[in-house]
Amino acid sequence: MRILKLIFRNVSRHKLRSALTILGIAMAVMFFGVLRTVVDAWYAGVDASANNRLITRHAVSFIFPLPYSYRDQIARVPGVSRVTFASWFQGVYIDQNQFFARMAVDAETFFDGYPEFKVEPDQLAAFKKERNACILGEKTARDYKLKIGDVMPVEGDIYPGKYEFVVRGIYKPRDERIDATQMLFHWQYIDERLRQEQPDRAGNVGWYIITINEPGKAAQISQTIDALFANSRAETKSETEAAFQQSFVSMSGAIITAMNFVSYVIIGVILLVLANTMVMTARERIREYAVLKTLGFTTVHIVGLIAGESLCISLLGGAIGIGLSFPMVGAIGANIPSGWFPIFDLKPMTLVFSGLSALVVGIVAALFPVWRATSMKIVDGLRQIG
Amino acid sequence: MRIPLTYSIRNMFTRKLTAALTVLGIALVVFVFSAVLMLAYGIEKTLVATGSDDNVLMIRKGSENELSSGIERDLANTIRALPQIAVGADGKPVLSTEVVVIINLQKISTNDMGNVTVRGVTPQAFQLRPSVHLSGGRMFASGSREVIVGSNISKRFRGAQIGQTMKFGGDVWTIVGTFDANGTGFESEVWGDVDQLMQAFNRLSAFSSITLKLKDKNEFDALKTSMEADNRLQTIRIEREKEYYERQSRFMAIFIRVLGIFITVGFSIGAIVGAVITMYAAVANRTVEIGTLRALGFQRSNVLVTFLLESIFLSLAGWGVGLILASGLQFFTISTVNWGTFAELAFSFSLSPEIVVLSLIFSLVMGIVGGFFPAVRAARLNILTALRAA
Repeated sequence: MRILKLIFRNVSRHKLRSALTILGIAMAVMFFGVLRTVVDAWYAGVDASANNRLITRHAVSFIFPLPYSYRDQIARVPGVSRVTFASWFQGVYIDQNQFFARMAVDAETFFDGYPEFKVEPDQLAAFKKERNACILGEKTARDYKLKIGDVMPVEGDIYPGKYEFVVRGIYKPRDERIDATQMLFHWQYIDERLRQEQPDRAGNVGWYIITINEPGKAAQISQTIDALFANSRAETKSETEAAFQQSFVSMSGAIITAMNFVSYVIIGVILLVLANTMVMTARERIREYAVLKTLGFTTVHIVGLIAGESLCISLLGGAIGIGLSFPMVGAIGANIPSGWFPIFDLKPMTLVFSGLSALVVGIVAALFPVWRATSMKIVDGLRQIG
Repeated sequence: MRIPLTYSIRNMFTRKLTAALTVLGIALVVFVFSAVLMLAYGIEKTLVATGSDDNVLMIRKGSENELSSGIERDLANTIRALPQIAVGADGKPVLSTEVVVIINLQKISTNDMGNVTVRGVTPQAFQLRPSVHLSGGRMFASGSREVIVGSNISKRFRGAQIGQTMKFGGDVWTIVGTFDANGTGFESEVWGDVDQLMQAFNRLSAFSSITLKLKDKNEFDALKTSMEADNRLQTIRIEREKEYYERQSRFMAIFIRVLGIFITVGFSIGAIVGAVITMYAAVANRTVEIGTLRALGFQRSNVLVTFLLESIFLSLAGWGVGLILASGLQFFTISTVNWGTFAELAFSFSLSPEIVVLSLIFSLVMGIVGGFFPAVRAARLNILTALRAA
């Protein structure tokens, strides 16, 4: 294990250079982690999907509503255990910049359909009783310092008019993959208002959420549901919740591709920086390698020395970068509006990627110096000055 | 007495590999930085160019865009009578009542479904949008289930060629023509007869928006005052067409800029580190030279400037390579969903003089920051110890 000692000693021979290289690699790895976290955040909805839920929406676009009358027909399809629905309300709360999901849902059944939103039974009961009650995700409640009994005035945009909701419950997410920022209120409350003010828009829901008994039958049940409404005014498209969420991700497909591309560019920069250092280092030590070879050390030892030094630097830089990404992601997550990316965490996969990149970069950066050191003749090496 | 510039420039070529690696690192950073700015600018350009100076767009108050807006028919008739509206050659006001909906089409490249904007227009729409002109086929006949498609749609989506049919709104529509719109957002739309589309989508009572041309672009305030004076028109939101489209792209452009610049500045630290290491090595390898220069009479400040210049030349080279790579991006068009309107929008990377200057400043900063400390070290070398270092 003396070779390890030699590697460490070599790294500290040029403290400034090694420190700078490690710093450069650490910074790049940290930003790599941040970028990947942003990409992951986009997929949060897909990750949080349950495999026993289907979403039925208007076949053309989910922005078109479906008739309320579909609900009973869907409930009768074999394999369906529960049907609930939701409508995207949004509206303006305080001002345009406060973005978190605001949805009108079927108060009686919604929380049965989404067991991962945990609500205290007494809060749920209070919510169901009051027409203009709402339930908030705990993150939104925290961000806006709202508690039970507070009034939230919302100015509707899709459904114009001034609305006031009273907070009657706060839901906790079952685990960290679940969105804790939503505001949910009674669909009946919105519909009643619509019936008075814009009657031709009443009686419609945004999309149906269907809980099924056997996840394996998802495709079959989806087709059965769509067949019920084929050739009607509002044809439906039913798919698993994961597929539905994925379609949102695909909307920004080009942007995500661009971000992935940039994360590879970052790796490229890390590689260049480390390669630069290793080339310089190896060039200075050609004479030493020649001496080692004369003494009888083999190519394997030389390769080990160079690659070892390269890996040592890159892994150290990688470790520091990974360590720094935690506070960085935390700081960013705290400063973006909670509704943009409801889930913004470093995933274990990202850490693995960062570590692997540091490893691969360490190896690749050593390739050229290794080739040069091993292919030179001892005599030429000894002749080198400086 | 200054050290000649050629000394700095030629020294870059003594250690070609190292210099190349450093230049490449800076080039990558400049490339990403410029690409991000070009993307955001491209989005803005496409959308803002979509509006004309003397056009005004009206939607319902409280709506953010045409999609979520509804203006009743009788209100439209009231608006038609306003005096500030330009009058066309046929004596009719240049005003188009339009309906905007979204349909699903399958993309050719990824097989995913994409949302496409369908706009129901009146004949005045073409007067209002001079950038739109037919590029193939013919105009749709009014009163028929015919449509024309923007060039981006026919390029990117299946079943969007002349002669093919599209199924939406419970009926089948025939594509009879394609149109170009000078790279503006309209190229990503499908246009048809407004009355036919309203009927098909079951919204006979309300238009999505009204676009009109002012007699003179300075009449905007007069128009606003006339509308505010009329009680019936209180529910209408009025803004210049350019502002409306700028607002649609604002969120996305800001997101891309903020994220992009943040990440780029972050990993530019990596490239700067590369430059620092290179320059320190350059100083270390030329200690004797530096001693000689000082012995010859050059001042410490001359040495400092020389090494700083060398670093700057490296970063300028990186800037050149990065910018050339970035300008190559202009040949690509990207299609994504505009978060404001939920419909597909195609735009390309656009280079502007501003972006060129910004990236130049950025790389100069990288060069100066990277080269500063090594240059200081070179300047502070003691002549005697430097000459003795062998």
